[in-house]
Amino acid sequence: MTGAGAYDVIDASTVIVCCGSGGVGKTTTAAVMGLEAARRGRRAVVVTIDPARRLADALGLEGGLGSEPQRIELDSGADSTGDGELWAMMLDTAATFDGLVRRHADSDEQIDRILTNSFYRNIAGALSGTQEYMAAETLHQLHGDDRFDLVIVDTPPSRNALDFLEAPGVLARFLDHRLFRLLMLPTRGGLKVLGTATQPILKAIGKVVGSDVLADSVAFFQAFSGMETGFRERADDVVRLIRAPETSFVVVASPRHDTIGEAVWFATQLVDQGVGVPSAIVNRTHPEFGHGTAADAADAAAVARTAGDFDLGVLWDNAAALRTMRDMELDVIAPLADIVGVDRLVVLPLLDGDVHDLDGLMVMAGHLFDHPAVDG
Amino acid sequence: MPPKSEFPLQQLTAARVVVVAGKGGVGKTTVTAVIARAASSSGKRVLVVELDGKPTLAELVPDLEVLAISAPEALDEYLREHGFGRIAKRLNRTGVIDVVGTAAPGIDDIVVLGKIKQLERSGDYDLIVVDGPAAGHAITFLTSAAGLADAVSSGPVRAQADDVLELLHDSERCQVVLVTLPETTPVNEVVETAFALEDDVGVQLGPVVVNGVDLGDPIPDDVAARRAVADLDPATAAVLLDAAAFRRARRVMEAGEIARLAAELPIPKVTLPARSAAGLTSADIAELAQALVADTVEAHP
Repeated sequence: MTGAGAYDVIDASTVIVCCGSGGVGKTTTAAVMGLEAARRGRRAVVVTIDPARRLADALGLEGGLGSEPQRIELDSGADSTGDGELWAMMLDTAATFDGLVRRHADSDEQIDRILTNSFYRNIAGALSGTQEYMAAETLHQLHGDDRFDLVIVDTPPSRNALDFLEAPGVLARFLDHRLFRLLMLPTRGGLKVLGTATQPILKAIGKVVGSDVLADSVAFFQAFSGMETGFRERADDVVRLIRAPETSFVVVASPRHDTIGEAVWFATQLVDQGVGVPSAIVNRTHPEFGHGTAADAADAAAVARTAGDFDLGVLWDNAAALRTMRDMELDVIAPLADIVGVDRLVVLPLLDGDVHDLDGLMVMAGHLFDHPAVDG
Repeated sequence: MPPKSEFPLQQLTAARVVVVAGKGGVGKTTVTAVIARAASSSGKRVLVVELDGKPTLAELVPDLEVLAISAPEALDEYLREHGFGRIAKRLNRTGVIDVVGTAAPGIDDIVVLGKIKQLERSGDYDLIVVDGPAAGHAITFLTSAAGLADAVSSGPVRAQADDVLELLHDSERCQVVLVTLPETTPVNEVVETAFALEDDVGVQLGPVVVNGVDLGDPIPDDVAARRAVADLDPATAAVLLDAAAFRRARRVMEAGEIARLAAELPIPKVTLPARSAAGLTSADIAELAQALVADTVEAHP
């Protein structure tokens, strides 16, 4: 992806999903894209999942990010369109799940019974995939919010990056679970809950995890009865949005075997599943110093030393070391370029400082979008 | 807390179980391999435990014993060993295990920690080095025992949680080694994690390992560099000056972050030099481990 390719992604999309391993600069990348989109006149909102307040740090928000979209004050740069906006928010998994329950429940009484059930609180906080599903749900809500015309979401650093695509189905499947069917017997009037004592498997589970935990689970499935269809339909809507043509995926990686391996695998899955070819951004690659090779630099270092010029030798050795580093990194990146195509890949340089404020994001944006960084 | 010893390797291996934890990308697996390799060459019987199913560890320490522990297998084994064999079978067959895991979150972590405790109790190893769970999961992994003990009042899972708590609270049996990089965000995160682990888990913290520090030869300052390139053509001179400025700026940033870490987290630090960012080999690990044994690694008590 050249600078122009990166512009295509932010100009043509209504949703951008950033994915990749932890620690590759995913959150920063999401913020940079939001910032640039705002400079180009979009009303962009960036949603971050990371509880470590990285985005808040990068955006210079001292008090941290809230779970409601918060407007970021931007100094209007010289070439900015002027009417763009940047908003940011933190994903609140539990509150989003509560909102879903409220929307689909039949009565206040049902809402109460579910929200106060401790098994529900565990699902809302700990069921594998819940965080990914609520990220997708939040994305869907923001997509329908008139304040924004571009939603950029930073996905959870899951072990399996595809969780984000699959998570909306996870809960639906969970509610279709065999245990659920074991607990509920179809009757003419609907579903009837069986006593736990009549079910040997339930007795067995109770012995292992304790009977109080089991009682909570049973109460949850009872309370949830009747809401499965609404939940499943909503999950289908969310999946449709994620797979829509206006939704772009950007895989983010750093130039290391493990994160590139994960990015390659994820890009392959997206292509195989017909979602489309993602763009790719590789952060933190050593910059290029001159056009010569590492070997040239090492030779020059030897020559300088022979001539008794110690400092010049050290300088050439330094150039050789940095070039070697970059060569190794580009080798590691090559398989990702093969999958997404060279024109959809941007390699961003390791900077000589850490990105932790708006100015740092501007510098990153300058590299990503190929324009000179603007001051402040 | 005061350092137990001024030698990095002794500090890092001061408990029988060492859980190496840190956010993604900081080199947790590298540090696990280096500690294991160094302890092994100083004569300890070492077991390496990995939880993520990554094959990398076995490649980095090809001659050490590496055990992969997965939660479903550990749960199954635990139930069978404790007379719940028939339940284990039925739980697996009906797929109810997901529901059990949700009913009592942390059960996965507990059986894994329980298995580690069992290995520690076996007396077969002087040191068990655990490559901690994936990014962000370290705190929930280690708080699972306390959480379960609150939620579950009886049964084998509760007993397991109690045993694990005992292990975590005994500084001779278990310590956590946090890994970070000399950069702003990783330093912020390691400080937060360290306080959370002390407050919420009460586990002993070993030295913090600052990984990937540029400990190369000194680079001439700008004045000396300009003098050295005076006879070169301007384009070549600019390349060398840029490269030198880049390297110096990275080092200044790293030194600043290491100083800030020292100020914000009053526990010993061990510094490991940067290696190829692209991926380490077992030879790199051996070299880093050798430095640790020889005590040439920079320690900041």
